[in-house]
Amino acid sequence: MSAMEQALAASDAVPLSLRGPAATRVVAGYGFWLFLLSDIVIFAALFAAYAVLSGETAGGPTGAALFDKKHVLIETACLLASSVTCGFGSLAVQSADRSSTYCWMAITFILGASFLSLEVSEFSHMLAIGAGPSRSAFLSAFFTLVGTHGLHVSIGLCWLVVMLLQVATLGFQPMVSRRLFCFGLFWHALDIVWIGVFTIVYLGVH
Amino acid sequence: MGRLSWAAIPFDVPVVMIAAGSVGLVIFCVLALVTVKGWWPYLWSEWITSVDHKRIGVMYVILALLMLVRGFSDALLMRSQLALAAGHAQGYLPPEHYNQIFSAHGTIMIFFVAMPFVVGLMNFVLPLQLGVRDVAFPVLNSVSFWLTAAGVLLVNMSLVIGEFARTGWLAYPPLSEIAYSPGVGVDYYLWSLQISGLGTLLSGINLTTTILKLRAPGMGYSRMPIFCWTALASNLLIVASFPILTATFAMLLLDRYCDFHFFTNELGGNPMMYINLIWSWGHPEVYILILPAFGVFSEVVATFSGKRLFGRRSMVMATMAICVLSFMVWLHHFFTMGAGADVNGFFGIMTMIIAVPTGVKIFNWLFTLYGGRIRFTVPVYWAIGFMVTFVIGGMTGVLMAIPPADFVLHNSLFLVAHFHNVAIGGVVFGVMAGISYWFPKAFGFTLNERLGKAVFWCWFIGFYLAFMPLYALGLMGATRRMQHYSDTHWQPLMLVALAGAVLILVGIALTGVQLAVSIRDRERHRDLTGDPWNGRTLEWSTPSPPPAWNFSLLPQVGQADEFWAMKQQHGATQERTALRAYGTIHIPRNNPTGFYLAFFAVLLGFSLIWRIWWGAGLGLLGGIAVGLIQAWRTDGEIAVSAEQVAALEGLHGAKEAAV
Repeated sequence: MSAMEQALAASDAVPLSLRGPAATRVVAGYGFWLFLLSDIVIFAALFAAYAVLSGETAGGPTGAALFDKKHVLIETACLLASSVTCGFGSLAVQSADRSSTYCWMAITFILGASFLSLEVSEFSHMLAIGAGPSRSAFLSAFFTLVGTHGLHVSIGLCWLVVMLLQVATLGFQPMVSRRLFCFGLFWHALDIVWIGVFTIVYLGVH
Repeated sequence: MGRLSWAAIPFDVPVVMIAAGSVGLVIFCVLALVTVKGWWPYLWSEWITSVDHKRIGVMYVILALLMLVRGFSDALLMRSQLALAAGHAQGYLPPEHYNQIFSAHGTIMIFFVAMPFVVGLMNFVLPLQLGVRDVAFPVLNSVSFWLTAAGVLLVNMSLVIGEFARTGWLAYPPLSEIAYSPGVGVDYYLWSLQISGLGTLLSGINLTTTILKLRAPGMGYSRMPIFCWTALASNLLIVASFPILTATFAMLLLDRYCDFHFFTNELGGNPMMYINLIWSWGHPEVYILILPAFGVFSEVVATFSGKRLFGRRSMVMATMAICVLSFMVWLHHFFTMGAGADVNGFFGIMTMIIAVPTGVKIFNWLFTLYGGRIRFTVPVYWAIGFMVTFVIGGMTGVLMAIPPADFVLHNSLFLVAHFHNVAIGGVVFGVMAGISYWFPKAFGFTLNERLGKAVFWCWFIGFYLAFMPLYALGLMGATRRMQHYSDTHWQPLMLVALAGAVLILVGIALTGVQLAVSIRDRERHRDLTGDPWNGRTLEWSTPSPPPAWNFSLLPQVGQADEFWAMKQQHGATQERTALRAYGTIHIPRNNPTGFYLAFFAVLLGFSLIWRIWWGAGLGLLGGIAVGLIQAWRTDGEIAVSAEQVAALEGLHGAKEAAV
């Protein structure tokens, strides 16, 4: 029975808040949720900085001149698709199915890495034409916001590799499943942040 | 070696060399003593690698006490400089040194004194009050502590190697940009606070999860002790606001290291954005510090009045109202920015509104005392001293919430007096009350009351002598952060302020004496019952000091002030010594991860400060390696058998029966 079903079954008995310490899985997931919220606050600060500075091009190139929306659309598709495959991976973890976990998570990794390489190519193009972060406050804010998201994706990819090694060496013990659950939350949260980036930075270009 | 060379050590500044030399000597003597006495194994296994929330809480408080001495010596330097440097006299501190001192004083007092004090108290008390065995993530808790310690170490290294920031405690750009602060001072500031800030954030997540997900059976939110409520508000604020600090400092670091233009004067940068961002962390920070202090006073006032807290529900609502409103007042720190009358008007009114829930609290405490059978112990002295002092500080705050008044008072000594009034009268008094209140729980004996009261009077009178003159000086036009003044009429008040600082120094010294005397006399002041104050909440139902697992059986909670109700029904002793069926208890195993991570964090921070890139790489890789080793650790817990638990409880029962 999942925690949810247990809660529903016992709903007429003792209220959740009175039932004593929660199970480790619940506690770990809850703590990680809080961490994600704090991470999103970091992005909120970077979004705010971007909003303030997005017009401050200091005579340099503007977003309209720099951004290639088709390129970004493919990037976005990769990341969103990776969230779907990550979801299938999580289902495989729940049923402790090792081979389909590897399979879905490997696809997730490839999609995430494709996203990252597209982002790197965008950045290196901009650097090549002299539109690096030192050019203007707008570009500083752009590279920091998008780059911080990219950094998160990179960390997520490393984490994913570590988790697959953990599955290989430790199997699906509760500790490993908890961490994979947290990884799933992290990966989906990066999607949500990217939707903000896509909307505000690339579609809201001016 | 990057920018690091022998020139970084100020051999030519005797003040620094003497201070550093004596600190180095003390550290050397302590380390030698520990080595000679063979205490290392004990320290390593009982403290450094401990993941017990009680030990970690105590270490936080010790760290804060040590840093209080450091921060206070900065204060004494400033006060004595200003007592001398009037008219033609220039004092003994040159401006560039004075600027470092006031920057270090503010940074240390907020981040490395007030924060560890408050986090330490919450760490120690929360699981005990909630009736559970530890925090949600014990290893993470140790990591948080050691990251804070890493930040402390970096800040103190700046005293000897290089310099500290000369920018004030919030390092406003453009002054803090590389163009105007090319030295390593601002880098010391930024990296030490990034590292310790990460520790604080992790601790905030940990304690929030603990309160929301780990409580004894039956402890619904309406039954939770008030200190837990205030800690909840404080930790929610940590989770919501510290990331802003991290992001803001990251932007300034990018400006300094990678030629970005967030806050520079040129290429579209916006320095005022930094000031907005930093205060949208900074104002919640004020409440992160004061709310747990309010919690301490609530516990102290109720316990020593022998009454339920008056208006418990309104206390909770006031706490949570402050928690939300604290995010809506940040602009009052810079009304003079020129945001316009409407914006200033809004933030002025919000600031006045946030004073209302605080007023509610004051009345709750007063009405709790009213008609109570008050025992005038040391914590009660601090509580009453707080109420008198904090009301004055609150009123000067509301005064400055009026934008036109603030235009006159901005950056004056009036402001300095105001925030010291609430920081000392609120946070420090609260922490001191909390320490004397919970000390017997932590160590099994009470602190010396006479000396405790002497400490209180030194701080109380010392505070008024030191800061009331600053209100007057501020109204007379004296600005903050000045190293010299030409109007000699200010000098008498400056001398009074110095006298106050000296009196507080006596108070701090007496705290040391109090500790020494109390330890000497510990056998006479043993707390054998675990309940020395006739307390009301669950921490007093455990032995003093509590076993590693806190509660041999998780208590079943039926109401607020559960322990008080338990005592009314059964009498505490009878309840606890009754034969009960103990089970095997799993407690977390010691873990050196936090210590090793802190080591690599110091290496990383120090290398980045001095631009030693290979060292930074080494620090980063080391940290990752420690993390990976931890990820593969599967022996996280040890089991304590039911017999061991029963033996400890039996021993405690016997002690109690003997009383």
